[in-house]
Amino acid sequence: MATQATAEKRPGFFPQLLEALVRRQEAGILVVSVGLILYFYLRNPAFLTQGNIQTLAQFMAATAIVASGLVMVMILGEIDLSVGQAFAFAPIVMWIAYDQLLLVLPLAVVIGLLATAAVGLVNGVMRVFFGVPSFVATLGMFFLLGGLNVILVAGFPKPAPEASWLKSALGAYPYAGIMWALVILAFMHVLLNYTRWGMHTFATGGNFIGAREAGIRVDRIRIGNFMLCSMLGGFAGILEAMRINSIDPLAGGAEIMFLAISAAVIGGTPLAGGIGTVFGAFLGALALSVLRNGFTLQGVSAFTFNVILGITVLIVMVLNVYVITRLRKGRRVT
Amino acid sequence: MTAEAPDALRVENIAKRFGSVTALQDVSLHLRKGEVLGLIGDNGAGKSTLIKIITGFHRPDAGRIYLDGEEVELKSVSQAQRLGIQTVYQDLALVNDMTVYHNMFLNKEITWRPLPLLNNRKMKHLTRRYLDDIGVSIPSIETEVAMLSGGQRQAIAVARAVYSEDARILLLDEPLAAMGAKEGAMILDLVQRLKESGGVSIILIAHNYAHVLEVCDRVNVLQHGRITYDKPAAETSVEELTELMVSEYRRARTGGGG
Repeated sequence: MATQATAEKRPGFFPQLLEALVRRQEAGILVVSVGLILYFYLRNPAFLTQGNIQTLAQFMAATAIVASGLVMVMILGEIDLSVGQAFAFAPIVMWIAYDQLLLVLPLAVVIGLLATAAVGLVNGVMRVFFGVPSFVATLGMFFLLGGLNVILVAGFPKPAPEASWLKSALGAYPYAGIMWALVILAFMHVLLNYTRWGMHTFATGGNFIGAREAGIRVDRIRIGNFMLCSMLGGFAGILEAMRINSIDPLAGGAEIMFLAISAAVIGGTPLAGGIGTVFGAFLGALALSVLRNGFTLQGVSAFTFNVILGITVLIVMVLNVYVITRLRKGRRVT
Repeated sequence: MTAEAPDALRVENIAKRFGSVTALQDVSLHLRKGEVLGLIGDNGAGKSTLIKIITGFHRPDAGRIYLDGEEVELKSVSQAQRLGIQTVYQDLALVNDMTVYHNMFLNKEITWRPLPLLNNRKMKHLTRRYLDDIGVSIPSIETEVAMLSGGQRQAIAVARAVYSEDARILLLDEPLAAMGAKEGAMILDLVQRLKESGGVSIILIAHNYAHVLEVCDRVNVLQHGRITYDKPAAETSVEELTELMVSEYRRARTGGGG
């Protein structure tokens, strides 16, 4: 019997474009980002000077890295509100290991990351074995870590470790952050789309019972992704601490967490479970950073930025829920 | 007939409760090597629960399971799969937002060993072959399964279980439910072919007794959490099975009054 698999009709250009936009949600956000960059450049050529590109890249890197971890958790239909506190927790633990316990910096960094892995483990265990909804479990963790961070440094920011090649590589070099963000983007994109772990993450988020029936170890997938998300948040925090040369217990917090969730949502990860893209989250972080930076250059206040960010998230979600689901249903073939 | 063949699977005195609901009271059944066993019973009789115990999804409260005469403790679905137990669940266990070929290889993904990366080319190739082999046409194996009809989805679930390299025992929980007459006939043909090849033993759950009698060697009836009837298919009929199921309902009605 001949295969019908290849016998598909070629649609016209416009339907094809629409198809591409529907299929690859990243395409839409890419167009928006490029449009925003052009707009701000035309309004103020200073937007694309080297100095500003550097500022933009530094701001974007942290959001993009945190968002790439959140995407994994959001594909599962879960959320990690505590990731912004893991962002401040990792450098603090690193500081304790380095400055108080007098360990070498590479080891201190590893310990900082392991500490955030433990945070993710607790989040995951609360969700999986105690059945606490992740919104609540990570909300608790948000406050717990937030308080702990301040206590651990007795309320004051601490100096970052002295200059070394590792410090430069981990954020002190101006473009280190964005380079790490690109490396992590590539790694996470491959992990999500070209490994069994990624497939099982999509399956667990898309059809939990079905994934279990297929023998997927859904508990391991969920706990592992919570750990991954916390660690990426912690890593972004270490990069930021090295860059600003200070270990600040009030760094990160709710702001970076909400920005990263927004970046993920705008990029095409709707938190509905089963759908998501790391690449989209990266572009979402780009669009948000361009918007924020561009407004700052124009002297528009942060409140206006928030209004626009809010409207964007709402529009994207409505598009997601209505337009895209309907278009997809319309393509149903029988 | 395979009447003299040894048992591929035997379950003894299986019981399972969910809270205050007793799903299975005391179920014992056996499946001979190369045999197709039809399992029928009312909705809620516990058929799917029994299947999910044999696949390692639920753990029984009591009872023993033997594979090829050896007692096994099934702790997880993946463990049962490793022992050669493959299943088509009633809910199909497909992931809507994933492509046909990724669903076909769900949890059996092929990678470019030793690299941990997915070998999509091979999975697509095999998916086409399996679907062609069954004779079900799917517009494109790269579409998400959400786009497919009920029958097509069911065909994917069946192909996934049947073409597992290591399938020794196949559990088919209403594999024909969403299928049209033609697609249903294809699946029944497939079961027939598998039976003739002799490599696998099959438990088939279906509501259509004609289908059951067409391909099964033996029929068991599950009622109120127990096996109440066990006969070779050749010695029973659609009428007898229908009567068996309906009489229970009548008895309950006349006995209960009101």
